[in-house]
Order: sequence, then structure tokens, then C-alpha cells
Amino acid sequence: MQTTLPAPTVESAPVPLQPITLTVNGTSYQLNLAPWTTLLDALREYANLTGTKKGCDHGQCGACTVLVNGKRINACLTLAVMHDDHAITTIEGLATDGALHPVQKAFIDHDAFQCGYCTPGQICSAVGMINEGQVRTVADVRELMSGNLCRCGAYPHIVDAICDVMQLDTGK
Amino acid sequence: MHPFSYARPTEVTEAVHELAGPARAKFIAGGTNLLDLMKVNVEQPNRLIDINRLPLNTIDELDNGGLRLGALVTNADTAYHPLVEQRYPLLSQAILSAASAQLRNMATNGGNLFQRTRCYYFYDTAMPCNKRQMHHSDQITGTGPAGCGALGGYNRIHAILGTEASDGTVHCIATHPSDMAVALTALDATIHVTGPNGDRTVPIGNLHRLPGSEPQFDHTLRPDELVTAIELPPQGFPDHYTYLKLRDRSSYAFALVSVAVGLEMDGDVVTNARLALGGVAHKPWRKPEAEQLLIGRTATREHFQPVAEALLEGAVGYGHNTFKIDLAKRAIVRALGMAINKEKREEGE
Ligand SMILES: Cc1cc2nc3c(=O)[nH]c(=O)nc-3n(C[C@H](O)[C@H](O)[C@H](O)COP(=O)(O)OP(=O)(O)OC[C@H]3O[C@@H](n4cnc5c(N)ncnc54)[C@H](O)[C@@H]3O)c2cc1C
Ligand code: SF4
Ligand code: FES
Ligand code: FES
Repeated sequence: MQTTLPAPTVESAPVPLQPITLTVNGTSYQLNLAPWTTLLDALREYANLTGTKKGCDHGQCGACTVLVNGKRINACLTLAVMHDDHAITTIEGLATDGALHPVQKAFIDHDAFQCGYCTPGQICSAVGMINEGQVRTVADVRELMSGNLCRCGAYPHIVDAICDVMQLDTGK
Repeated sequence: MHPFSYARPTEVTEAVHELAGPARAKFIAGGTNLLDLMKVNVEQPNRLIDINRLPLNTIDELDNGGLRLGALVTNADTAYHPLVEQRYPLLSQAILSAASAQLRNMATNGGNLFQRTRCYYFYDTAMPCNKRQMHHSDQITGTGPAGCGALGGYNRIHAILGTEASDGTVHCIATHPSDMAVALTALDATIHVTGPNGDRTVPIGNLHRLPGSEPQFDHTLRPDELVTAIELPPQGFPDHYTYLKLRDRSSYAFALVSVAVGLEMDGDVVTNARLALGGVAHKPWRKPEAEQLLIGRTATREHFQPVAEALLEGAVGYGHNTFKIDLAKRAIVRALGMAINKEKREEGE
């Protein structure tokens, strides 16, 4: 069985680091990154914004959810170099003038987390979902939040928190 | 990840030119499949051509009443586009059944077509896999036939149709994972392609291929061709359609079996029918002869069963996936019922 890979047939030239400007939460970060640095690693390891979490690193859990130009994406499956002129918002950028974002406040009010590891991704995802404007029912919230897993199983309270912000009746 | 260099052209000709060079280059669009595979060393390009700034990101109405979907429009923007929702709700439904909202915001229409199989042996470079290891100009992992891990392994998600090569041997039982491609097959879409030799069009049915004895090739395009758009014909089956996706959990999971149905009806009688299956073969599975069985018939259960039998004719199970044969037949019958009856569709049954 093959356990080691054969050498590349075409040698790649040494790849210089690329200067990249990332605009995160309104602040611009001048970074020198290898092209293969994911947006997630750039945020956490180079911009020192560790609020965004790495769960699976394969698009399967949603812990790394951030907003790019207002849209929620998985930061683990995209490269930092692909976003040098985009406006990126992370969990650190949701509060304004020291006041929590309504979704953040609702998560606290509804006790919508246990260990908290999935929470930054859940909150960014919920903010993105509200921006998208596709939710009409509580069932829509569950479906459109399915990209965010919670190992602690805090789902009922997460849904309650989001429905509270969106003024949807959960029947409770 | 294996090191690579990065380029971001803004013109289509430039992008195609970049790919035709000596480097083992690949286009990157949303990156949701390519980067995933690069992290596990299944894909190892040494140059990435970021095509996100090419002017292929619009949805345009065509004079013939059809619609042209740019290759770089995201899956989310496509599914929620008012013209797609109104005229091709089958496509919206299929796209929205796939992946997660975050992934659909990144995934593009072009990239979706070329996502690779989710076969776990394909993903694991410690396991034998013909698709990964047979020689391909694109793959440095191409060391020759290695066997198929899934054939004698755990193959619950694998194919039941079209797996045999012309000499009866089986080299790969992978399925194509895209939901969008299944709906596009039922809709009879046309793929617009450009390359060093100019532009051409490929019917969706000829875009993907069966594995035969060359499973390393998922599709029929040359490695240096770029998809520019997907063209939808005028008939979108907006009144009688459904995309039924059966899977292990009700969201954020790939299909075990899926069925795309589009019907035209005159009262109770079917006048035009399209059916495509996902999760059962190396490409979306369509059989026009099976569709013909419905024409001129009343839309009742006893007329659905023969269609299901015809579509699954020749199906072979490999052990863990044998359940898919019955599952697919029942799914077809149920999906036809849902397509006819709007209330059933909305209740999801
Ligand atoms: C956790 C998870 C769950 C998922 N669930 C589903 C699901 O349920 N159903 C489903 O259908 N999909 C699912 N997906 C797959 C997802 O839909 C695909 O990854 C996505 O559609 C690929 O599009 P992209 O733009 O990101 O492609 P990329 O990753 O950028 O590219 C994929 C391939 O296409 C090539 N390519 C891209 N654009 C072009 C073009 N214009 N012309 C020629 N070649 C091109 C690239 O070179 C690459 O080889 C899932 C993915 C993940 C990670
Ligand atoms: S089914 Fe195909 S992709 Fe999976 S191990 Fe066998 S050859 Fe590889
Ligand atoms: S870390 Fe990105 S989805 Fe899990
Ligand atoms: S609160 Fe622990 S993973 Fe969600």
C-alpha cells in the first residue's frame, strides 16, 4: 500500500511569501503569507484574532464561520490571498461601541452554549443568515443553521436565541 | 498542503492561457472541494489559478426563453435568484438540499460540476484507489492501477449502476456527489466551455462519464478547458417537479439516493417527463426510455412502478450498498407522486 507520495514530476519554484492586506473588523492587517495559508489560519495565527475557531478544518462543522462582505462562509476552506480586498467580520467585530450585537446578547439571555467552542461560528452564522433574508419559519432557522454543529447539543437554546432576535414564535 | 504559486487573472483568455502552461496548474473557484482535497494530499497542484475575478458571475435571460447561469455565480445566489425560483424551482430545491448555507455561499456553479467523489478510500492516500492512482496528467499520485478499496471494503455510499467496464470488469464504484448536476440532468442543461482551441458546448449528459476501465477521469473535458456558463432550456417544469434527497441525516449530508423529477401534465395525463437519479452512479443517471413509459399515462402509482423498474434495470449491489436498489425504486415512486401533487411536495412526503 502506498504510504509515501512520489516526488513531483514538475519541480515547483520556491514560492515567495506574498504581501497581503486583510481588512478585518474595519482594521487593516498587513501580512506576509504563503499562498496556501487559509483565511482561518491567517486570522488566528497571523492577525491574532483567535475568536474564530478551528473544528474540523474541512468545511464540516461551521466553527470557523466568518462574514465576508456580509456573507457567511467557512474560513477553513478558502485562502487568505483570495480575500485581500474584501471586508471580513469575525466574532470580535460584531459588538459596536462596547454594546453586544443583539445575537450575542440573545445567546447569553437564552443560555445558548455550554463549552462555547462552536459559539463564535454559531453567532456569525446567525448574523449571516439574518442578512440573507430567507427565513420565514422556525424550521427554516434549523435548516439554514445546519452548517453549524454543536458537540454539546445546545441546539434548542441556540434556536430559541435566534428566534428571539428574529421575533419568530417558537411556541414556548 | 503541497506548496503552490497563485495567480488571479481577470480575463478568460488569460486564465485559459495560464492553465495551458507547463505547471501542474488548476483553477480554483469557491475552493470548497479543491482545498479540502489538497489538505489530504489527494490533489497537489503546484499552481492555482483563481478564477473568481473573471466576468462570469451573472445570470442572464436568453432570447429563446432559457437562462444562462455564469460559472462563477455562487450556488446560493443561483438558488435564490427570482428567475431560477420561478422557472426552475427543481434546480433551486436541489441546490438548497446540498451542503450548508456557508458552503453554498462559496461554492460556484462551475466548481459544483467538478467536485470529486466522496468515496472514503479516494480521500485516504493510505488506501488503494484506482481513481486516485491511475495515471492522469493532472495527478502526481498517478502510479498505475492499484485496485479499488471500496469493492471489497465498506461501500454503503457507493454506486449500483453503470459500474462495469465493457469487458465486464469493475474498477471503481464511486458516485458523483453533486445534487445540482442531478437537477441539471433532468433539465437537460448545456455546458458552455472555452479552451485553447476555442469555445464549445457539451450536453450535461455527456459532461460526466462512467468509470469503465479509466476511473481516473471523472468527466470528458480536457484539463485545460474552463466552464464559462450553464445554459438552461426554456422548459423548467415549474408546475410539476420535485427533488427528493434521501440521506442519513435530514440536512448537511450527501445523498444516498436522490431523484429529480420534472413533469408536464394535461389534466391527469403525463405529456412530458424527465427523471434523473443521484447517488447511484459515477454520473447523474438518466434513461429516456424509462421516461417514455409515462407519456400518455395517467399519473397513478401503478404507472410509476414500471418506470422505477426500468431506471434500475441492471443495478448491482456490492454488499453494504445493495439496499440502494430498493431504496431508489421506492424513491422514484414517491418522487413522482410528490411532483404531481403540490401539497405533498410542500409537506415533504
Ligand atoms: C462538508 C461538505 C458537505 C457538502 N455537501 C454537499 C451535498 O450535500 N451536495 C452537493 O452537491 N455538494 C456538497 N458539497 C460539495 C460542494 O457542493 C462542492 O464542494 C462545491 O460545489 C464545489 O464548488 P467550488 O466552487 O467550491 O469548487 P472548487 O473547489 O473551487 O473546484 C472544484 C473543482 O472544479 C474545478 N473548477 C472550478 N470551476 C471551474 C470552471 N469554471 N471550469 C472548469 N473547472 C472548474 C477546479 O479546478 C476543481 O478541480 C459539500 C461540501 C462539503 C465540504
Ligand atoms: S470506488 Fe473508485 S474512488 Fe473509491 S476506492 Fe474504488 S476506485 Fe477509488
Ligand atoms: S473548521 Fe471550518 S468548518 Fe470546521
Ligand atoms: S457549546 Fe460546546 S460545541 Fe456548542
